[in-house]
Formats: sequence, C-alpha cells, structure tokens
Amino acid sequence: MRELVVISGKGGTGKTSVAASLAVLSDRPVIADCDVDAADLHLVFQPVVRERSEFYSGHRAVIRRNICTGCGACRNVCRFDAVGMVDTAPGDSVYFIDSTACEGCGACVRFCPAGAIDFPERHCGQWMVSDTRVGPMVHGRLGTAAENSGRLVSLIRSEARRVANADDRRSIIIDGPPGIGCPVIASVTGATMVLVVTEPTLSGEHDLKRVMELTAHFQIPTWVAMNKWDINPEITLRVEREAAASGAKLAGRIRYDPGVTEAQMNGRAVVETDAPSAYDMAKIWDNLGFQA
Amino acid sequence: MRLVVASGKGGTGKTTVAVNLAKSWGSPVQLLDCDVEAPNTRLFLGGTMLESQVVTISVPEVNEALCNGCGECSRFCEYSAMACVAGKAMVFVSMCHSCGGCSLVCPTGAISEVESRIGTIVTSSFGKTTLLEGILDVGSTMAPQLIRRLKSLVKSGVPAILDSPPGTSCPVVTTMKGADFVILVTEPTPFGLHDLTLAVATTRELGLPFGVVVNRLGIGDDRVHSYCATEHIQVLLEIPDDRRIAEAYSRGELMVDVLPEYAGLFAGLRRELEKR
Amino acid sequence: MKIAFTTTGDSPDSPLDPRFGRATGFLVYDTDKDAFEAFSNNQNLNAVQGAGIQAAQNLASLGVEALVTGHCGPKAFTVLSRAGIKVYNTGLATVSGALNAFRNGELTAAESADSESHWV
Repeated sequence: MRELVVISGKGGTGKTSVAASLAVLSDRPVIADCDVDAADLHLVFQPVVRERSEFYSGHRAVIRRNICTGCGACRNVCRFDAVGMVDTAPGDSVYFIDSTACEGCGACVRFCPAGAIDFPERHCGQWMVSDTRVGPMVHGRLGTAAENSGRLVSLIRSEARRVANADDRRSIIIDGPPGIGCPVIASVTGATMVLVVTEPTLSGEHDLKRVMELTAHFQIPTWVAMNKWDINPEITLRVEREAAASGAKLAGRIRYDPGVTEAQMNGRAVVETDAPSAYDMAKIWDNLGFQA
Repeated sequence: MRLVVASGKGGTGKTTVAVNLAKSWGSPVQLLDCDVEAPNTRLFLGGTMLESQVVTISVPEVNEALCNGCGECSRFCEYSAMACVAGKAMVFVSMCHSCGGCSLVCPTGAISEVESRIGTIVTSSFGKTTLLEGILDVGSTMAPQLIRRLKSLVKSGVPAILDSPPGTSCPVVTTMKGADFVILVTEPTPFGLHDLTLAVATTRELGLPFGVVVNRLGIGDDRVHSYCATEHIQVLLEIPDDRRIAEAYSRGELMVDVLPEYAGLFAGLRRELEKR
Repeated sequence: MKIAFTTTGDSPDSPLDPRFGRATGFLVYDTDKDAFEAFSNNQNLNAVQGAGIQAAQNLASLGVEALVTGHCGPKAFTVLSRAGIKVYNTGLATVSGALNAFRNGELTAAESADSESHWV
C-alpha cells in the first residue's frame, strides 16, 4: 500500500486543488480527505455516500435540571468556566453546563452531591465512505467546537486502507490538514511520501520550515511544490533552495492561474480542465513518480 | 470593543484583515494573535518587543511517600495523564488539561500542583498598536489554555482585535467567546463558501453577532453574496482581487502601507464596526 | 509467566496487531498453563488520548511480564518499564509465529520506545 499525503503548513495555498488533480491522474486510487476541520475535496468529487458513521470522542457533562439542588459544587470544581446558572424561580436557581466550554474532565460529575450530572460520550462528527468518478473516497466532518481531529484523521486513514485492500487498490491520495499540529502528525506518520504545497510569501516560507521539521522528524520522503510561484520569483527561488538544502525534493512550480478557481466553480479538478496550470500539475505528478 | 477576525478555512486573508484593520485604526488598539500554533502576525509588523512572558498551567505532582497506589487518580483522569503501576502513581505532564480533579480525588493528599510551561506570550508595539502574540511550544496541545491566558491580558478601554486560528474547533471557540462582534473572512469561491457556512454555524451556535468580509473579489462568482443575502448576513467589506496585493503580501508588506487607495476601505470598515 | 500479544483476532493464528495502545485486543499466553486468554482493548480504541498508557496499565494489572507487539510509543513504554514488563518489537505476521520466535530467543527486549507518541 502506498500513501501520498498532500499538506501545506499554511492554509489556503491550493493544497486541495493539487490533491484533487493528483487523485485524477493516479491509477485506481482511494481518496482520503483528512482536512476534517474544513473538508473541501467533496466539492470537487461530489461523492455518493455509501456508509456513514458517527464519530465520538471523550465525554461531556450534562446537568439534569430536575435533580440539581443549586448547591454550586460543580461551579467550584470547574476550571473551564463551563458552569452557568439559571434562575428557575425567584430566589431559586440551578446550574447548567456550557457544552462549548466543557473539556470533559469529569470533575463536576464526580463531586456533584446530588448525582445530577450525566457524562455521555461526546459526539464530535461523522465519517463517510463514498463513491466518486475517480474511485472510493473516505472523508469526515468534525462538529463545531469539537476536539481531537487527530483521532478522526487516523480513523479516516485506516478506513481508506481497508477500502483499498477490499477493492485491490494500491494507492491512497490523502488531502491532509493545514498546520503542524496533531492532525497533521496523524496524517503523515508512516506515509510513503509527503508533498508540501506552499506559496512564495513570507508566511508560506515561515510555515514551510516548521512543516519540514516535522516530516524530517518522522523521516518521510518530502517533496515541495511552489504554487503561484510567479507572484514572487525571487522568494520562490530562495524557498526552493532552502527546501532542497534541508533534504526535500522539488516537485515543480504551478503558475498563478485563475483557471484553478474556474475549475473549482465547475466542480472539476484542474487537470480535468484546459487551464494552463493543468500542465504544471501533471508535471508534478510525473516528477513524484508515486506510481512508477 | 472586542472584535474577532475568523475564517472557516485558512489562507483567506484573516491575518491580512486583522493587521490592516489594526494599522488603519487611527487610535490605540490591541492586536492579539490567537493562532498560537502558527502565529505570524509579527512577520508583517516588525515593531519593538516590550516583553516576553512564559505561560504555565498547573499540573499534578505526586508525593511518593504519601501515595498508597490506590489508582483513584488514574481512574479519574479522562486524559490518561495519570497512571498507577507498581504501587505508585505517575504523571504524564504533556497530557494534562489542568482540571485539578486528581488532587481532589486523591484520598491520601499525595497530589499537589506545580507549574508547567506550555508556551510564551510576546508583547510588542508598533505605532499605536500593541501586539500580543501567543506562541504555543512545539509538542504542546494546550492551545485553548494559552488563548485564555492571552485574552486575560487585554486591557479594558482599548479596542482589541483578535486574529483567530482557522477552522471551527476548540481553539476557535475559545478565541470567539466573549467577543462583541466577529468578522468572518472568506473568498468568493466554492471552497470559500463551504467553509464560510461552517464558520457561520459556529458563530451562531455561540450566539455572537457577525458580518462577512469578502477577500479577492473578482475571482469566482457571486455565490457567497447570494448566500449572505439569503441568510441576512451583512457584507462589511469587499477587497478586490489585485495581483499587487498578493505581491505586497508575499514580501510581508501591508496593503494599507503600499497601496494607499485601500486605506479608505479599512477606515470604512472601522466606521461600520463602530456603529454597533 | 504471562506474555501478551497485540492482535486483531482471538486465536493464536490471528494477525499480530502492529499497534499497541489502539490494538484491537490482546492474547495473553500463560507459560505455566500452556493456554491463551483473549482480552478486548475496546475501551482504549475510543480513548480521547493516551490509549497506550491505559493499555499498559491494563497489562500490568493482568500480571503480564512480557509484551510482544509491532510498535510501542514512549509513554506506554515508560509505564510498561515501571511495571517491569519487557517489550519485544517484531514485524512477524501472526501471534503463533511471534510466540515461536519468542520461545526460540529470536526476539530481543527493547531498550526504548520505537515509535512516536501518535496514532500510527
């Protein structure tokens, strides 16, 4: 099984557009959208959902109002300002938990003398196995204020591997999350190769350095592609040199091209259109030699 | 006034809006970089560093002489920050959310709390703007804790602009809480629209008033505008797609500095916000 | 002596699960009784974090002295060492294969964790 993960460090560098094109160019892929915080790949591939599963992680506290005596023990132990008070009658009040502030530590549950606090599992999102014109796709969606996208990312990856095995497919193309946090680590550990899509800006350069420290740490072969390289050819050159010096291979450059947005509006991958940058993306795919 | 600049997806120009708005505010303003995993506001500002302070959280410490190995702490801890083997409790500091529960449940009083570092807050100033930047230590996952500390440093009486992390997860909600108004930055593209709808859902769930800034107007289509019209969301500002803006940004330069014709846009945004 | 194997099944022919904390389950082999006993690792599959720490504590409470698995992260390794459980990393395919290798002295006890503390 081979896994190519497209990540970016900084958000909005065109990572998803590149990942979509690489998925189209590859032979019998499984697609995995691991950017669960802001999943967009489905806008390109219009997946038809085959299976849908709920994602639970951790717990949350819920006060049963009819049992709450209003003693305030929960408020005293909560360090996350998650306990609020409502008046039920003049001079009488009960407490409630603000679920967007609750970190699910369970202290209030433990110390409520009336046993009025439930501690159900926290629903954090969903993940789906779907069919697309390119192949099966595994994707997910994290709920508002949910944590632990790292675990959802690993769930999606392992599901993608299961689907690939069942369907005798050898390649998985993964649209990874932005940043360098837990979800990114969960999306790249053990992968065959990583392609970092960046852009020639100071912040792109800054975030690329951080993301390359991460891939070096996990010893994953890393390629770098410069998107909108012609916005600043000078920084492009500098970033490419720095990337090569720290051990990355250069996958290629993509020109500033309104055709990328055009393709997005038509629900197409760039390489499925005649946009000039389709040529650049095809060349990157060849350079990667991912299925060669 | 406390303003949060947020966006469903990264790279829509959130930091650009926050920084240019702060720079063109005219009177003293506080700018908070709450994107503590990837803070880069300072790349655009330079300025003079005034202070750097270490941020810590309280974590448990086990007094082995008092610990009887009962395991209450490790059974209680939802984050697996405590383990109990070979008759003694042990602590994994990097897992601890600082809830304090273990020291409360310990029957022998063997657990006390000590401070453990999660990041730093750097204060700098440039012109009339004070920048407070949260920087999470690499490897720490305690972004919400750092953001709460950062927000606690806001001085009342001076407007504050908070640059949020992207997305809709926990750190974003922590940043948004207590805001007087949220500015959602998006692009007029299908990806931009989709991620805007997620950000709108989050903002509405928190019951906060909000408006939209459309960046790079001219690319894409009018789907974002029709969505805003249908949902009765005010479009506060439109920033045209101008290659010169992208080029200035690539050099770390501010739009309002190098392209004075755009300064008026941000002055207009300020007036719009102050009506509220 | 009890030896734990991570597995995705419940019999000696089942595959060895390369993961420790988020392994599907454990097969514990008792050398005195020459018998296997299966334990689920369900509660840890859905743990918020620190599945390895929890799994290591569970093995300690079962009185296990050796663990044969694919990879083990640093926190789990710390707990296992504290509990006196030796860790043997192997890429062998099945539990019975790994048990044979263990009996023949082909596996070496690890001196440290061999993977990062994240969801591999």
